[in-house]
Amino acid sequence: MPELALRVNGEQRSLEVEDRTLLVHALRDGLGLTGTHVGCDTSQCGACTVLLDGRAVKSCTLLALQAEAAEVTTIEGLATDGELHPVQRAFVEHHGLQCGYCTPGMILTAIDVLARDPRPDDATVRHALRGNLCRCTGYQPIVEAIRAAGGTPP
Amino acid sequence: MIPAPLRYVRASSLDEALEALAEPDARALAGGQSLVSILKLRVVRPSVVVDIGRLDLRGVESGDGELRIGALTTWAELASAPELAGPALAAVAECAASIGDLQVRNRGTIGGSLAHVDPASDMPAVMLALGARVVLRSAAAQRELEVGDFFVGPFTTTLGEHELVTEVVLPVPAPGSGSAYRSVEHPASGFALAGAAALVGPDGARAVGVTGIASVPRRLPDGVDPESALEGIDVYGDRFAPAEYRRELARVVVERALASAASRAQGERE
Repeated sequence: MPELALRVNGEQRSLEVEDRTLLVHALRDGLGLTGTHVGCDTSQCGACTVLLDGRAVKSCTLLALQAEAAEVTTIEGLATDGELHPVQRAFVEHHGLQCGYCTPGMILTAIDVLARDPRPDDATVRHALRGNLCRCTGYQPIVEAIRAAGGTPP
Repeated sequence: MIPAPLRYVRASSLDEALEALAEPDARALAGGQSLVSILKLRVVRPSVVVDIGRLDLRGVESGDGELRIGALTTWAELASAPELAGPALAAVAECAASIGDLQVRNRGTIGGSLAHVDPASDMPAVMLALGARVVLRSAAAQRELEVGDFFVGPFTTTLGEHELVTEVVLPVPAPGSGSAYRSVEHPASGFALAGAAALVGPDGARAVGVTGIASVPRRLPDGVDPESALEGIDVYGDRFAPAEYRRELARVVVERALASAASRAQGERE
């Protein structure tokens, strides 16, 4: 089997994968990073979203080998020294989650959005969340959390 | 869902990619936002997937009254390209910004989308209205085709087995032109139930491309009233949108695209 070498959450990692292995399975089953969720498995729900070289992607719609030598960030890589990432903290403070299944994907998408536009308006955030489904919150507290993390009080 | 067994080859040059694609049942993988999905559904089972994603085929260059867009330029890059910021080419950025979702736009490429030609994909309508051409490379030759001659049917183009789309060429419209893209999407899939792109010239000349309503995106005949031109299209219906409803949606989006393109041509603020 081919060897995949990439950086995950700042650490150089390598593992054997099949040519057909999807990135989400390499992360979960190969590296034990189960914070990246498989939701729909059809590129609709966004629960599997990770950052690939800083940009949000759906890891169920990438072959693992496409990420060779890339920098991948998963939800496990956000907190530093026990301190939550500001977007994680905002989700806690604004009740941006209920069951939590969609949350890792939501947070990683939010980080991409805020990297491009640190003070997004409501419409920008809602448009950006098109590819992340949540069945609990009704989205309102998620939008508020993301805007708050960007420094725009809702 | 996991793709059927396949062999993965990462091409580090165009020649290497073309050589790998010479194998029977090889498929080129660009951003993978269409191909990986259908690999997982096992709708396609290529023997080898040739990853062209790292080739130097990205970016927008302008010169000689044309814009040359690298086939691997992503939707996100097109949506924010300064070369597409003016009213004449606004349809391209506007369409790119509305495709799929943020994650898909980070990966999906213009060349991959045009070669895949899903009958309901958005960008083909824009390319048809703007009179774009695709540049196709094989090991032996390079050719350029009008996109209208490139698209032949659902998921079918005139791309040869051992060819790759390397560039998309857009003629820059005359100063004073405006363009726009409008669609009505299926609320879950995001694909167009009907989509229309319009280009309006400074003299009022109009060109319209439509998608989502027939077996392949197409340009309405120039010089014909768009409403009567739509009458000549064999509109398809499905459980989401029966043919008559789709035809009505097509009339609506064509009208909206033309109105927006015309007001951009006149420099009006929207």
